[in-house]
Amino acid sequence: MTAVDLTPAERKRQRALVTPEGLELRLELASVGQRLGALIIDMLIIGGITLTTIIVLLLVASAVGESAAELVAVVFFLGMFLLRNGYFLAYEMSAKAATPGKRVLGLRVAARDGGRLRFDAVFTRNALRELELFLPLSLMIAGPFSGGGVDGWIYLLGLIWCGVFVFLPVFNADRLRAGDLVAGTWVLRAPRQKMLRDMADEGALHRPAFDFTPAQLDVYGVKELQVLEQVLRTGDRATVRAVADRIATKIGYVRGDAPDGEFLRAYYHGIRGRLESRLLMGRRRKDKFDAA
Amino acid sequence: MSENQLKSQRFRREREADWRRLEAIVDKAEKRSASALSDAEILAMPVLYRSALSSLSVARATSLDQGLIGYLESLATRAYFFVYGARSTPQEQLASFFSRDWPGSVRGLWRETLIALAITLLGAVVAWWLIGSDSDWFFGFVDQALADGRDPTASREALRATLYHDEGAEGLSAFSTYLFTHNAQVALVAFALGFAFGAPTIVLLLMNGAMLGAVVHVFVEKGLGFEFGGWLLIHGVTELFAIILAGAAGLKIGWAVAFPGQDSRLEALSGAGRSTGAAMVGVVLMLLCAGLLEGFGRQLIVNDLARYGVAAATALIWGLYFYGPRPRKAGA
Repeated sequence: MTAVDLTPAERKRQRALVTPEGLELRLELASVGQRLGALIIDMLIIGGITLTTIIVLLLVASAVGESAAELVAVVFFLGMFLLRNGYFLAYEMSAKAATPGKRVLGLRVAARDGGRLRFDAVFTRNALRELELFLPLSLMIAGPFSGGGVDGWIYLLGLIWCGVFVFLPVFNADRLRAGDLVAGTWVLRAPRQKMLRDMADEGALHRPAFDFTPAQLDVYGVKELQVLEQVLRTGDRATVRAVADRIATKIGYVRGDAPDGEFLRAYYHGIRGRLESRLLMGRRRKDKFDAA
Repeated sequence: MSENQLKSQRFRREREADWRRLEAIVDKAEKRSASALSDAEILAMPVLYRSALSSLSVARATSLDQGLIGYLESLATRAYFFVYGARSTPQEQLASFFSRDWPGSVRGLWRETLIALAITLLGAVVAWWLIGSDSDWFFGFVDQALADGRDPTASREALRATLYHDEGAEGLSAFSTYLFTHNAQVALVAFALGFAFGAPTIVLLLMNGAMLGAVVHVFVEKGLGFEFGGWLLIHGVTELFAIILAGAAGLKIGWAVAFPGQDSRLEALSGAGRSTGAAMVGVVLMLLCAGLLEGFGRQLIVNDLARYGVAAATALIWGLYFYGPRPRKAGA
């Protein structure tokens, strides 16, 4: 009983979570593209902070002179270590369970069993980042410049070996990376959604001006209703006009000089009432081809 | 107009205020933190959450308003994660980590710890034996940059000097910070590599052991074994233990991937991850201690016996903390 009709790609990423109250919540897994986007944003932030820190520390060191060199070094080593490991940890332990990059894309980390997200799980999933991200990165950067030493073939094999972990999320249905596998977590898309206007509210106002017969209201099903809802929400004048004309012709309704918008809203209200009263009887009419 | 109202519209109108209130609370908690909520809000939260859940199930069954259902789905999911998410205070989590999670996790790794220890010792013994037969082997095990002149060609006096060289307090904090971050990163890699069936972790442990054996051999051959022991063990007890634990955690992960037993591979993996997570957090803390001991303790304490004393004390403390008997909880 999906209330909102989904494309096959979206349905593939749907997972059900049954709450202790017995209701099934539908979770949407984040796609690989979204996660890559989030990672790139995070890495840009980390890179930016690193660069700023280096510049500031260099300025401080040159201003104060030799005596501050040691303190600067301590701050640098510790700062880099904290940034590299603590950035993901701290943000994923917050109430939003997401780094800034994930927040931008509406993603969050959650425990796969639906329980609470524990600190050691967050730690583990980020410790594995060493293997999936930093190791391949350093190999890629260090490899070509190491100047001999490492044979070309060994380097290539190393890259392939790392690639297995890097591309792991592409090869499993739940889009888990190695860190998710070990920590028992996954990344979901749970964007904040605003409450939208009920399109039937205005329809109810215009309804008395129009007189639809039951037969005219029986032409369409839920799918068409939802398309109509979308058209009304977007409110593009040309589309509204075209849709109004199509519907009026299809149901054989003579609307005289009634405005397109009012006609459509009233009709939306009409078929929604009709379809919802059937829904109460347990009959959901999928689309216009669905008989009964 | 009211006779034109659909049931779903009336439903929405009557419940809307509750949903908005729940949304405001969740927003506030997510933007700031759970502790920003007032008592009234914390009490209202579960009630509002359950009413939102029931609204969602009613809406799914009776309403065709896409906007409403989408809104309720998202609201219920966010509220679910909050209500059933981590809601213990940081202090409680910290206390439970030190009193239960960390030692418990380390104890759970005892089998892997013994294996990791055996692998390290194997590496050390092999390196010892090989260098005994041909001292050139030393350069195969120890990185020149790290050895810093401590190789078989060095004279006894030069070696002796490296054990007690006093750089003064200057340079020590930078040195210990560097050691800590370097070792911690290595330990994290050793753990992460466990995912590849544990093989790279074993190699890493072997190499670590071989390096140890090689350096020990150099010093013992020159008759500096006792002095070198103090120099190494003052921080080495903590550091080697931490690295062995990281290796053990990696081995556990690797074992779960390779031989999941009754569970599915996925379950076995996340089970192993759950039981090793706390130990790995602990490893990083141990390495922090080791870095401090190495950077400060070793440079400031130059008496051999005092060094051995510190080493013994750290061994005793870690041993008791991890494996010592602890009071049973009432009813546990």
